[in-house]
Amino acid sequence: MLPPDKLASPVTVLGSAVELTADGQLGSAFLVSMGRVLGGFAIGALVGVALGLSSGLSRWGERIFDPPVQMLRTLPHLGLIPLFILWFGIGEEPKLALVAAGVAFPLYLNLHAGIRQTDPGLLEASRVLGYTAVERVVHVVLPSALPQTLVGLRISLGAAWLSLIVAEQVNADAGIGYLINNAREFLRTDVVVVGLLVYALLGLATDGLVRGLERRLLRWQVR
Amino acid sequence: MAGAVSVRGLVKEFGDRRVLDEVDLDIRPGEFVALLGRSGSGKSTLLRILAGLDAEVRGTVEVPGTVSVAFQQPRLLPWRRVWRNVSLGLRGAGKQKAAGRAVAEKALAEVRLTDHVDAWPLTLSGGEAQRVSLARALVREPDVLLLDEPFGALDALTRLAMHHLVDQLWRDHRPAVLLVTHDVDEALLLADRILVLDEGRIVAEHRVGLSRPRRRAAFAELRTRVLADLGVDDVEAA
Repeated sequence: MLPPDKLASPVTVLGSAVELTADGQLGSAFLVSMGRVLGGFAIGALVGVALGLSSGLSRWGERIFDPPVQMLRTLPHLGLIPLFILWFGIGEEPKLALVAAGVAFPLYLNLHAGIRQTDPGLLEASRVLGYTAVERVVHVVLPSALPQTLVGLRISLGAAWLSLIVAEQVNADAGIGYLINNAREFLRTDVVVVGLLVYALLGLATDGLVRGLERRLLRWQVR
Repeated sequence: MAGAVSVRGLVKEFGDRRVLDEVDLDIRPGEFVALLGRSGSGKSTLLRILAGLDAEVRGTVEVPGTVSVAFQQPRLLPWRRVWRNVSLGLRGAGKQKAAGRAVAEKALAEVRLTDHVDAWPLTLSGGEAQRVSLARALVREPDVLLLDEPFGALDALTRLAMHHLVDQLWRDHRPAVLLVTHDVDEALLLADRILVLDEGRIVAEHRVGLSRPRRRAAFAELRTRVLADLGVDDVEAA
């Protein structure tokens, strides 16, 4: 019904998917993209969690880190691409940086808020039971912050994929974004659609992973 | 015999407001004392000071030995199963962690919650959760048990059952108890001695020389006198 140069038919898409998988193109592109997301996520999570803990657990940390982070988070981080390219060049670094920026903010905000929501009554009860400050953090504060932090994790994983897609559109010589851009040059809408489908499946898979994690870690919540 | 609790000249101020005004209080080992007062009389503040939750005071406060507290809300950790919440009471009381589960099960049997050992706290009713909180307080084998209106949030029927349970537990374990409450009947049912706190001062003291378990009919006359100390006319006696 549609001309193939606008949108390929599902059959063609399926055929190309099989073909791309068979010759290893899709597999290697997948690995490259996956590596970028994992690397960027690791950096962003490290920064987000470190800052979230510092400003959640200490008044001084909050005074130092919270105002600048709150200011920066109003910037749409995808708008940072030009700066990141100027700073990091056009290799892997700007892609990792963009993914990391997408991940760090939602994690920070939710971890910080989660820690601050700790029930003072529980803290008092644990003090009466003889808990030290460190034990109170481990047994009371962090478990209290967990539900909110997992919400942050879901948002940040969504942001990670989004950042990757945008970063790979700008310039890439490998990965799913490269596959899509390359296909565009040759009007291969079937390959473009395959790439998009892979992005969608990866997003779904990571979301399912976090939901599984929630079910396991938050079993104590009454649903 | 040394006292379980000894307080002399205790003064607590929040800004300009004097919440506790030169309070003296002694509780003998194994004695059950009820502290009655209206809202804002300072009774919960006094309990928090005895629990070590508020150190910014004047005067001397001595509470030697192990102290346990049960609050109005059960304050269980929702992410720990019931038995783990109970064994948390062992921490800081110098007890071994290895025996935790066995000790917790025994304490839960005492509060008649054997069926809920592995339950999550959020699945319990208010009365059940409060019994877990009592079990957590008792596994420490406290010398002093502080009860901060522990039945205040429960429905009337559950409260009656809890009165019997606390009476039984106290007779089995014999800690010194300070029960903070505004329920006169509760104080008369459970305590050896009743103190009335008003505007930060202890204004009256009554000994309840009745045998246990007590019947309400036995303390009608004393009830009228305690209510008078609280500034309430007992219409039933008139």
